[in-house]
Amino acid sequence: MTDATAITADYEAGFGDYVALLKPRVMSLVVFTALVGLLVAPGALHPFVGFTAVLCIAVGAGASGALNMWWDADIDAVMKRTAGRPVPSGRVTAGEALAIGLTLSGFSVMMLGLATNWLAAGLLAFTIFFYAVVYTMWLKRWTPQNIVIGGASGAFPPMIGWAAVTGGVAVESLLMFALIFMWTPPHFWALALFMKSDYKDAGVPMLTVTHGRRVTRTHILAYTVLLVPVAIWLALTSIGGPVTLVAAVVLNTLFLKGAWDIWNRDEGAAEADKYLTERKFFKLSLAYLFLHFGALLVDATWRALV
Amino acid sequence: MIRAEHDMHKRRLSRNVGVGLALTAFGALIFGLTIAKVSENGPVEGYDHVSRPALAETE
Repeated sequence: MTDATAITADYEAGFGDYVALLKPRVMSLVVFTALVGLLVAPGALHPFVGFTAVLCIAVGAGASGALNMWWDADIDAVMKRTAGRPVPSGRVTAGEALAIGLTLSGFSVMMLGLATNWLAAGLLAFTIFFYAVVYTMWLKRWTPQNIVIGGASGAFPPMIGWAAVTGGVAVESLLMFALIFMWTPPHFWALALFMKSDYKDAGVPMLTVTHGRRVTRTHILAYTVLLVPVAIWLALTSIGGPVTLVAAVVLNTLFLKGAWDIWNRDEGAAEADKYLTERKFFKLSLAYLFLHFGALLVDATWRALV
Repeated sequence: MIRAEHDMHKRRLSRNVGVGLALTAFGALIFGLTIAKVSENGPVEGYDHVSRPALAETE
């Protein structure tokens, strides 16, 4: 090969393009909830081992994101929100995304198993499998309940963090799982209400497309009502405390109010103020999860100090 | 030697540097884990050509 042929017309990926495959923004929520699960668990982990565990969970979540982008490149290209992702925009080939996803999955699971225990590693492997295969390949294009069941993969990180410390599963870790699991549907359906055309164009059976927006509003309210007892129960367990209880009461009151407002209006009213209520509810949902897990952390710190 | 700086060279460099740093970080991770795991078990006793405190006669 001569120097003249060294530069081809093809785009070559930079390192940042590979990082984008790992969905860094989703990863931040995973890191936070996994860290809280790890810190509130009874028992002690060497700080460096704890750091490694959170890193492995984050990389595992990133790997499943890369596998998702490999499989979904066709529908990502159609949707405005996702058209700029590395694979549909042509910066990274689908094969590279698959290779990176599989490699990082293997490394993260094995490293977590070696650093902590094999239950935690098994849960991480199951999470990756659930997101990449059950959600991405199977549910997403098949049923409007896709995000309800798929939400389980986002709910596993605090449970993995807990398992890394204790080597087991407990009612507390199951409730942390349940909190994220029940929170996901209202969170995503609010997004689907104001990101109107995207899912329809891509042929993804979102509830808004298959059953209409009225049904979606009802579903948001129903899941929010079901979320409340989970949040309160979590606050009353051994990892809860006064701060968590106050946070749970305040946040759930606000969340219920938001869901009620969404249910209580029709498309005309929503069009009139450009989905202001739905957008507010979506923002609130992000704060809801962040503050809830933050409150658990505050209570855990308080218990450690007293 | 190529002197002209093409945009592709920048991306190639960023990729090489990124992979290099990732591998270095992985090495550091294994080293840190080794230290953490070994120090959790208390003092390490050697068996070859070293004195063994456990065998020392105490009076």
